[in-house]
Amino acid sequence: MKLKLNKTTRKNFATYGVVILAYVLLQVMKGSLSSSLKGMLVPICAYVVMAISLNLTVGILGELSLGHAGFMSVGAFTGVTAAIALQNVIPAAPLRLAVGLAVGAAFAGIAGFLIGIPVLRLNGDYLAIVTLAFGEIIKSIFNNLYVGIDKNGMQFSLLSDKTNLAEGGKLIIEGPMGIGGIQKISTFTAGFILVMITLIIVFNLVNSRAGRAIMAIRDNHIAAESIGLHVTHYKMMAFVTSAALAGAAGTLFAMNYSTIMANKFDFNTSILVLVFVVLGGQGNMLGSIVAAAALTVLPEMLRTFADYRMLVYAIVLILVMLTTNNATLRSWFSRFSLKNREKEAA
Amino acid sequence: MKKKFACLAMAMIMVLSLAACGGKEEAPSSGSESGAAAFMLGGTGPLTGGAAIYGNAAKNGAQIAVDEINAMGGIQFELKYEDDTHDPEKAVNAYNALKDWGMQISLGSVTSKPCEATAAETYADRIFALTPSASSTATTEGKDNMFQMCFMDPNQGSASAQYIADKTLGTKIAIIWKNDDVYSKGIHDTFTAKAAELGLEIVSDTTFADGNDTDFSVQLSDAQKAGADLVFLPMYYQPASLIFAQASNMGYAPKWFGVDGMDGILTMEGFDAALAEGVMLLTPFNADSDDEATKAFVAEYQKRFNEIPNQFAADGYDCVYAYKQALEAAGATPDMSAEELCGLMIEQFTSMTFNGLTGDGMTWDASGAVSKSPKGMVIENGAYVGLD
Repeated sequence: MKLKLNKTTRKNFATYGVVILAYVLLQVMKGSLSSSLKGMLVPICAYVVMAISLNLTVGILGELSLGHAGFMSVGAFTGVTAAIALQNVIPAAPLRLAVGLAVGAAFAGIAGFLIGIPVLRLNGDYLAIVTLAFGEIIKSIFNNLYVGIDKNGMQFSLLSDKTNLAEGGKLIIEGPMGIGGIQKISTFTAGFILVMITLIIVFNLVNSRAGRAIMAIRDNHIAAESIGLHVTHYKMMAFVTSAALAGAAGTLFAMNYSTIMANKFDFNTSILVLVFVVLGGQGNMLGSIVAAAALTVLPEMLRTFADYRMLVYAIVLILVMLTTNNATLRSWFSRFSLKNREKEAA
Repeated sequence: MKKKFACLAMAMIMVLSLAACGGKEEAPSSGSESGAAAFMLGGTGPLTGGAAIYGNAAKNGAQIAVDEINAMGGIQFELKYEDDTHDPEKAVNAYNALKDWGMQISLGSVTSKPCEATAAETYADRIFALTPSASSTATTEGKDNMFQMCFMDPNQGSASAQYIADKTLGTKIAIIWKNDDVYSKGIHDTFTAKAAELGLEIVSDTTFADGNDTDFSVQLSDAQKAGADLVFLPMYYQPASLIFAQASNMGYAPKWFGVDGMDGILTMEGFDAALAEGVMLLTPFNADSDDEATKAFVAEYQKRFNEIPNQFAADGYDCVYAYKQALEAAGATPDMSAEELCGLMIEQFTSMTFNGLTGDGMTWDASGAVSKSPKGMVIENGAYVGLD
């Protein structure tokens, strides 16, 4: 039997395969993993989802976003708030996590839509700078937001705590202190499922009619417009999807720690995720996954270097960038994959 | 192409040589003479980044105590600090690395938010933790095996208000605080609550945040216009140093009152100590104290690290000695598991009294909060002098 699959489909299935294989391998080896690696499994999943979602904006849509951590922040805060508020309503942790993820994704999607209205009318550098500003705005808002819950429902206030909660009420978001006392309900399995869902959404979007329109806009904005594509509409579609996925990643990430602060999701985090995308290759989802996982684990592996840790990290990063862009090595790799293809054909 | 490879080779060599450096650096601390008979003591703190002053101070203080105790014979410690860059995520990673190393008792984390994150982990893993300086309430809340060596933020706020009211230092009070900082906010909130209770009048309450912490003219003129005669500054010393300089340029000279974060202002590089003349602060540790133990510690610290120890260093030092006392009293041995030690330590810490550099007769309640009395200090002629 011969399965005729085109190149993209084959590549997509290879990506699913790698993720599933990694998950199965890690599950099998669970007993022998170090606590250090075990503790990083969930954050790795969250960063992988972040990298894939940013790759949708940067690689597929072709717009540079420097505020992606902002969406992660929206997802983290809203998702965790929902999970805490529903603590007594939904006792089953996995279900509560799923609801939290959905709420986080929804709010981040809404934020993406609102931000997209002015932002997506811009191009190139302007868009990068405006997204950067939005990331900072989101950070400032959460640094000044107070949300509490009591028997009368949710109470909100800005700048200082004026929620005046009734007896038995609980302050969830405490301004600069962020959220504390989070129940850690994120699991590696949940993270794996989220990565798979993200991949399915992104691959299906890219392979659809809308996806081809998005890439046409990336390749030539004017040509795409001249054949009647609604540019803002398609840009918005990619941008909101990307934001919503980042929101889900944020919820997953936040639910893995007992405390979360708005300052965590700053410009540095946005750049970190952008580094994953650039290193893995723009438009290359498998590359993003590998880069996100490797660069999350790397600083921990370098702990033996003590004080020189961050210096070594930077040098390794430069080396990796140099080698992956080295023409000789690239042609060697491509020769390798060509041979494989010939073997498959034979 | 040859050039590129040469570049790569060079970079490789650099990495390798650095690796060699790192290895050498590591050797004396990990290859301690005691081997398996030592208690494995681990902690995380910001050893790099913006808050590195605090992490390194606590680490250095603890290291001095460990070396002194190991030299005495008897109980032996092996100390390892991992960098958390003042980030809860990295703190959990650092904590897990310490667990792989074989940590039996923990020094928690140096700063508040990271400590909140690691405290949840130590609670789940049943490893006893005593933090030198993570002062927020959430750190110890609901965890029976998490204890603090420093004051809790709320206690500092109410103690300051009490002190100001008792000594009638001011009648109209202005507060400038940092609204995106847990430490500053914790103290501000309890200060205002206590001030209202004691009938102190707060005439101006202004804030700043990360990113706009260089110009304080708005906050200072607000305080001046309101006629404040005492300005309360619950913050670390860097912004405070700018406030003093700008107030002096404006010709505004109220009384200044700070908390333990102000400690260190006199040793700050490029700061004119004359500006801090007359500043009052509450702090548990005074490096200029005449006390024998403090003198010895300050001398040793200066010899090793070439700077005056701050309160964080003293807290780190005290933590190790408190552990020594508790372990001895409990008759604990290094072959006990972390969980066994955890049970013993909870028992000891809730019942013992400890005398250290940062206070005499310290006791802990079951919640993990320490009870010790803050010392009022005033800066006179460029030195801290006890207020009383």
